[in-house]
This record gives sequence, structure tokens and C-alpha cells, in this order.
Amino acid sequence: MGLWYAICDLLPSEMLQWDFMKNALLAVILMAPLFGLCSTMIVTGQMSFFSDALGHSAFTGIAIGCICGVAGPTWVAVVFSLVFALLFSYVRSKSNQAADTLIGVFSSTAVALGIFIATLDGGSFAKYNKYLIGDILSVTPAHIGMLSLVLSGVVIFWVVNANRLTLTAIHPQLASSRGIKTGLTQTVFTAAIAVIVTLAISWVGLLILNSLLVLPGASARNVSKNLKQYSLFAVLFALMAGIAGLTVSYFLGTSAGAAISLILALIFAVTFCLRKVCC
Amino acid sequence: MNIFSHGGSCGHSCCLRIQGLSVKIGSDTILDHIDLHVHCGELIALIGPNGAGKSTLLKAILGQQEFDGVISFAVPGQRSRSPKIGYVPQSPGFDPGDPVTVADLFACCMSKRPAFLGISKAMRNQILTCLERVQGEDLIDKRVGTLSGGELQRVLLALALEPIPNILILDEPLSGVDVDGIETLMDMLDDIRKNYDLSILMTTHDFASLPRYADQVALIDRSLVSVGTPVEVLGSDAFRKVFNRKGGIL
Repeated sequence: MGLWYAICDLLPSEMLQWDFMKNALLAVILMAPLFGLCSTMIVTGQMSFFSDALGHSAFTGIAIGCICGVAGPTWVAVVFSLVFALLFSYVRSKSNQAADTLIGVFSSTAVALGIFIATLDGGSFAKYNKYLIGDILSVTPAHIGMLSLVLSGVVIFWVVNANRLTLTAIHPQLASSRGIKTGLTQTVFTAAIAVIVTLAISWVGLLILNSLLVLPGASARNVSKNLKQYSLFAVLFALMAGIAGLTVSYFLGTSAGAAISLILALIFAVTFCLRKVCC
Repeated sequence: MNIFSHGGSCGHSCCLRIQGLSVKIGSDTILDHIDLHVHCGELIALIGPNGAGKSTLLKAILGQQEFDGVISFAVPGQRSRSPKIGYVPQSPGFDPGDPVTVADLFACCMSKRPAFLGISKAMRNQILTCLERVQGEDLIDKRVGTLSGGELQRVLLALALEPIPNILILDEPLSGVDVDGIETLMDMLDDIRKNYDLSILMTTHDFASLPRYADQVALIDRSLVSVGTPVEVLGSDAFRKVFNRKGGIL
């Protein structure tokens, strides 16, 4: 962290005079590529609403953690999200209902359970607001250490399984005929997304989280000709929006997560207009 | 369910034998006691009305569908418990918006290096060699979702031939392909089975090309109704009965 602080001190930026902004910027630089990479697979696999449902389940997990008096409710939420993701994968494989219907069932159940538990015995909902809106400025060096570990894990998982994941996302039947265990691949991927979503929820916020998992991939899709460009643009857009959003939020005093999402939406609009020129 | 070597007892160099294959989903019998024998170098067409169980039979051979009965396979000098199967799926639903090129698709199937990091020159050359088999070198940088029906079938055929399989399975390869495309594709399949000595199983509703290209035709309507040469099956009362009753093509 010392090295990062020293680098920030060299930059002629007013906002980087504060340690909390230095922490937030580093967290954004670490998280953005993670969200960018994941978003390509979420968009290709048509799982946009599933990642939204995972956010709701993470919130419910945090509510359960709080009500049980656990010191670190985030870890309870990680476990709950994993159970949620695995249960969803199981029901999806056994049911003939459309995926979006099942996502609706799981998502509404999770959010209802979360609110029910949070307001049990007349409890106040106010303490959960930070999970709805998120606060990237509350990131500490310990959180950044954990983020680095998760990022390393996801990158290794990604590099090892990228081709299997891609083939499963674009054509599961073809993937299966090539010997890929598509059910297992999808389950492991959803579990990885569940962990990422849950860890990020307190900094990014439930209401904004999904835009970060969808918009970079959706924007990159507008202007990419191949997989290499797709991943590269998604990471780049997420990174650009992350840094720009944090800067805008500092000077305008708004929520950083919301500013990042709005800039991503702007990037989507621009790439949408450029889609015929680029592809 | 069993898929194993049957030792080539039929006297041919290699063959695929299906014995008493049945598929039940709940109380519904999708396929009932199918017996079929395909020799290497042979092209066998599975025909039947919609819902007859043709795709289910292919899925059973692919190991994607539970079944009762035996599927056995023999190659001379080999006891292969799991024959290499090349598969061209039905109506491949590639999204036109997916930024996945033909090269990306091949790299995802053939390379351990993540395709999103780019494709090496060696891999690109290998892909071009595969596409050469179907005269599709010019398609390498096209998006998979934007290919025409005939182009897509050729690309998927090239993919199914890498590595060269023992059995090549094609599910409705001629649907969505124009008349010229059908002839090109069938000529390719004809060359492939002669050059690589592999068994080809394909489902189709295009009967016109069968007398010219197929060695055997199997008429399926939940059970095996008729099997024989194209002329025998297409001219049979069973064929007329099945398709008239179902309001089919004839």
C-alpha cells in the first residue's frame, strides 16, 4: 500500500490527497477488470438477470448474518449466495420452466426473505441502506488485500476455463458434444459470480452492482469483431468508467457507484451509435 | 446404458451397432427397441416425422440421453470404449450479436490457450487446414452468427472433423440450406466418408438427395419402421403410411 500511496502522491490530483480516495481508486482499478471480464460471459450466456438475483441473495445473506450477530456478515452472505446459486442451478436443470421465470422466483424470494429478516421484531431497515447504495470510499487496505486475492483467483480460474466457459455460453449443446461438462462449468461459473457479487455489494451497492456486471460486456459487444476485442473493450470500458465515475463523484459529491454506472451507460450509448461503423 | 467395443464380429473393418435401444422419459416411450448397424464408410440417413425420436437417438449415441439397450462400436486393432464422435448440432442457435469469429470458435474447441488472448499463428494455420476440408478458408474471420445456413453447416462440419472422428453425426444438416448448398454439402460428406472411412449418421427431411448419397435409410417413428437402401425405404408402403398419416412431405 505504501508504494501505491507514493504513486498517488506523485499525481497532480486534488482528490488523491485523501487516503480514502487513494484506497477507493485502487479498489476500482482492481475491481473494474474483474467486472469487465465477468460481464462478457454474463452477457454472452444471457445471465444478466441472474447476476441481479445473486445481488438480492447477497443482501439476504447479510441480513441473516446481522440477525445472527455475526461480526462479518459478508462471509455469511457469501455462503448464502453460494447456496442460492447452486440451488438455482439444480432447479434450472430439473425444471422445464424458462430461465427468466425461475430467476424471478428466486430473486423475489430472496429479496422478500431479506426484508423479512431485516425487519424482524420491528428492526430498522436503515442500517442496510449502505448495502443498497454502496460506499466505495469505505474500502480499507484490508479489503483491498482481500480483493487482490479474489482477483487473482478469478483470473486463474478464467485463464484455465475461458474456452470451456465461452463454448458453453455460446452453444451448450455443441460444448457438450466436445466433451465439456456444461452443467458443472455453468455451476462453477455461477458460484464464482456469487462470490464476486457478494464481496462487492457493500462497496458498490445492490442497486448498481448489476449494471457493472452487464454494461461493460454489452458496450463491448457493440464494437467488437472477435473475442479478443470483446474482452479487451469490456475491461477497458469498466476501467475507464470506474476511474471517471470516482472522479465525478468526488467533485459532485454523489454516490461513486451511481456515477460509474451512469458513465457506463454513456459508453453503451456511444458504442451503440458506433456499432455499424465498427462491425 | 452401455457404449463399448463389440469386437467387429460382423466381418466389416469397423462398425457401429445399436441393439434394443429404448428411451423412456417418465411414462412416455420416445424410442422402442431400435436395432441398427452402420459400417465404416457408410452414410445412413435417419428419417421420420417430427417427434419420431430421431434427435433422441442421436443424443443417446452422443451420451447426452439415458437409454436402455446397447450401443457398441468396433475398430480393427483397437478396443475403443469411447469412439470419437464428431457432432454437427441441429439448427445451431448462434447469436448474431456474439463477437465470436469462426477462428474463435475453433480456438475454443482446439486450444488450451484462452481464445480471448488472441489466436497464435500456428493455431490459425491449423484452423485454416481444418476449414480447407470444407472449402471454407475464407470464412475464418467471419462472425459465426452472421454465416448463411450453408456456410455454418460447412464450418460446423469442419469442426466436427477435428479431430477426425470414428462416427460423424449430423442433426438436420440440410435444413436452412439452399439447393446449391445441399449439393455442395452432400458432395463433401460423400468425399469425407470415402477419404476418412468413417460412419456418417444424419437426420434429414430432404429425401431427394438420399438415393444419390445414402447407403441406408432408416425410417423411425418411435420404433424402427423400415431399414434398407434409399429406393427400398422411400418406395415402401411403410414410408407412405407414416408420412401420409402424419401429414408429412409426401
